[in-house]
Amino acid sequence: MAAPVCMEYRIEGNNFMVAGTASNNIKNTLKMLGIQSDVCRRAAVIAYEAEINLVIHANGGMLKAVISEDRLEITAEDEGPGIPDIEQAMTEGYTTASNQAREMGFGAGMGLPNIKRNSDIFEIESTLGKGTVLRSTVFFNK
Amino acid sequence: MNLKELAGIINAEVISDVDLGEINIPYAYACDLMSDVLAFCSPGSLLLTGLTNIQIVRTAQMLDLPAIVFVRGKIPLEETVTLARESGIPVLLSKFSLYEVCGKLYAAGVKPSYVPQPREA
Repeated sequence: MAAPVCMEYRIEGNNFMVAGTASNNIKNTLKMLGIQSDVCRRAAVIAYEAEINLVIHANGGMLKAVISEDRLEITAEDEGPGIPDIEQAMTEGYTTASNQAREMGFGAGMGLPNIKRNSDIFEIESTLGKGTVLRSTVFFNK
Repeated sequence: MNLKELAGIINAEVISDVDLGEINIPYAYACDLMSDVLAFCSPGSLLLTGLTNIQIVRTAQMLDLPAIVFVRGKIPLEETVTLARESGIPVLLSKFSLYEVCGKLYAAGVKPSYVPQPREA
């Protein structure tokens, strides 16, 4: 692969009808590029959980995927309320999701831990009142 | 077991454009929490759920799940059916409860989806 493939999506806050469309596009692109299926699934789960987080918690944001020769880098960036305590947010079962999100089957407090579990490199930075940046890297030959 | 036989076992109504006899179902995972499905459900598993919104199909797409069973007589929303059709994911509707569907499929030899054990703290 010569130049990296870049995909960027504006994710709309609280719109559950289209949530997941961007992640599905990212997954299909990886498949088309011949990336092995278990890596595609890990990438899809990371992208989808990050996308759902933007929808539920951040009033939307940007979801970006950069596919280069040996890796996929996913970045979810928002200007939402920020996360007061990242350690707490990373704890399985901890959630601040709305009732609407819970009725859709989310808000089990598994999102961030699940993103981390599927990532080879995982970083999250958050500033209260400014927003959150999540970066996840998945290597193709690992 | 193929999906056609499976549909018979749970008296399911089928919404699908694809041939159910061609789809093999080795495992199943029953859950109404999509977050848990994303965390614990192994690829190739049939998803059994009582939730009927469009994100159920999104979740199935992400994990390469072969089909979805909506239990306890739930009727999926129109957009859910539309996306499932577009994605080539068969939808089965069963009037049995989640517990009954699980029991019938387990007895018929459908194995549990692999669930990873929690990590040591």
